[in-house]
Amino acid sequence: MAARQKKLIALAALLCLSFASHASAQVARRVVSLVPNVTEILFAVGAGAQVVGISSYDDFPPETKSLPRVGALLDPDTERIFSLRPDLVIVYGSQGELESQFTRTGIRVYPYRHGGIDDVLQAIRDVARLTGHTADGDRVVRGMQKQFAAIRQRVGGRPRPKTMVVIGRDAGELRGVYASGGVGFLHEVLEIAGGDDVFADQKREAVQPSNETMIVRAPQVIIEVHAGDPPASQVLEKERAAWNQLASVPAVRNNRVHLLYGGYLLAAGPRLGQAADTLARVLHPEAFK
Amino acid sequence: MVRARLTSVVCAYGALALGACLAAPLIGSTHISLARAFDRSVPFADNVDAQIFFVARMPRVLTGAIVGSTLAAAGVVMQALLGNPLATPFTLGVSTGAALGAVLAITFGSSLAVGVLASVPLASLAGAVVASAIVYALATRPGRPISTMVLLLAGVTLNAFFSALILFVQYAADFTQAYRTIRWLMGDLDVGSFAPIVASLPMVLLSLGIFAFLPRPLNLLSVGADTAATRGVDVGRTQRLAFLSASLATAAAVSLAGPIGFVGIVVPHLVRLMVGVDHRVVLPASALFGAAFLVGCDLVARTVLAPVEVPVGVVTAMVGGPFFLWLLVRKS
Repeated sequence: MAARQKKLIALAALLCLSFASHASAQVARRVVSLVPNVTEILFAVGAGAQVVGISSYDDFPPETKSLPRVGALLDPDTERIFSLRPDLVIVYGSQGELESQFTRTGIRVYPYRHGGIDDVLQAIRDVARLTGHTADGDRVVRGMQKQFAAIRQRVGGRPRPKTMVVIGRDAGELRGVYASGGVGFLHEVLEIAGGDDVFADQKREAVQPSNETMIVRAPQVIIEVHAGDPPASQVLEKERAAWNQLASVPAVRNNRVHLLYGGYLLAAGPRLGQAADTLARVLHPEAFK
Repeated sequence: MVRARLTSVVCAYGALALGACLAAPLIGSTHISLARAFDRSVPFADNVDAQIFFVARMPRVLTGAIVGSTLAAAGVVMQALLGNPLATPFTLGVSTGAALGAVLAITFGSSLAVGVLASVPLASLAGAVVASAIVYALATRPGRPISTMVLLLAGVTLNAFFSALILFVQYAADFTQAYRTIRWLMGDLDVGSFAPIVASLPMVLLSLGIFAFLPRPLNLLSVGADTAATRGVDVGRTQRLAFLSASLATAAAVSLAGPIGFVGIVVPHLVRLMVGVDHRVVLPASALFGAAFLVGCDLVARTVLAPVEVPVGVVTAMVGGPFFLWLLVRKS
């Protein structure tokens, strides 16, 4: 009896395995993405028509508006995902439980991990290959590399201002400040755009500097990046004025505190070239005259 | 006899608090020159030492002193009012109400501000006031003493209810907002200017002023409500004053620096272990020791892993916990 059971299990495992290997050889036709920047990548490599489900936070490109939403990092709706009959599900690398749930049923999973620009380019190539758009993926990657090279060349040789990129802060005051640290795509985009990161020595994606740290590090330029739309001009003015209490910081003294708005600035995807361009224009306006 | 003891204890703890407040701004992750910080001949905008001293450190130390003393004193009052050594300033839902307000302001990105109060402190203050008003309305009947049992249960239930609302809002928030919410809940003294301190002062001074009238009735109340009543204490009035002043003090502290834990429970007990149980001594001593304790903990928080900072709430528990246990074991 036990021997027979073992045989059965082995057979089932073999079946699963062959099914899985069969599936991996195929191009994904129905893709569910739980990661907004990967959704953006899918559309950029021409796989938009294959996307059948997206996360609750997707808002780019506009074509995502009509697609079914299936949750996100904390609340993936597995039932709904299964009902969409995907053959590829893109999850966060930390969603291990979810990953095994799909692989067990023979659905392929691409675990996305957050990292630097090279990781973004690799994700573009991977996603393009999995959806049968390898050439388009390569084209997008080459396009971005060309953009980066052009910006590097444009700002090359100019003095690189010490820059702090702020990614979060309490409204109207200098509290709860989050800034980009010395690793990750934002840090790399800043370096490409011709700025020296004041927190380059902090080997983390985000740091929470105190007021004292910000005074001591004395950035020459402060760039706040916000994902949403720009607020009304008086609110904008008030938010910029919040920095005025750090009067000795060169960025404040020389009026080089910039508040930038736009989802592309914080999306680790195909629009990073555009983000680098925006930052470069802020850091080196004279290079774009 | 009590007067002499009070004077000596207040002098000793006052010196400790004053010493902490004077020493803390001189120490930090960067070395500053005091002579240069006070040098008026250099324009303020060019004087980095003055900036660090007056913008980064002084407001922070003052906030620590204010928050530490109000939370510790409110803890003493709450423990006496509820007749429960486990009571804290946060037991009756004030801080959870404040937290809900802050979480809503962070998640829905309100830019509403009144005077010098920015949106997050404003929302947390409103949340604290609403929470205390609900508990007060539930637990008081006109002309009758408050049932501490009802007060405690109403507070604990409201705490749970608001916590559920916070989780719900966090669940709907995006990652960065959820992360900032968690950071707010850890507490933070780096207020960055004197404006929020000035805004909190009326509430702090009013509650400390009411505290000054409480020690004697609280002493009698801790023997028992009936005994207190036979000794001429208006029990209902004392309870209401105690609840309102402690809630006001907590609301001011939490809207200024977030819910910094452990100060409100450990400082009163530490002080009792050192000076006895008479509220006439314990209350002022706790306020002074609370100030010194929080200023000291924040000094550790901002220097121990510099330039990275440890949330001050982590330090209060990690420093205060073992110290309290040591004192407990030594005394028993």
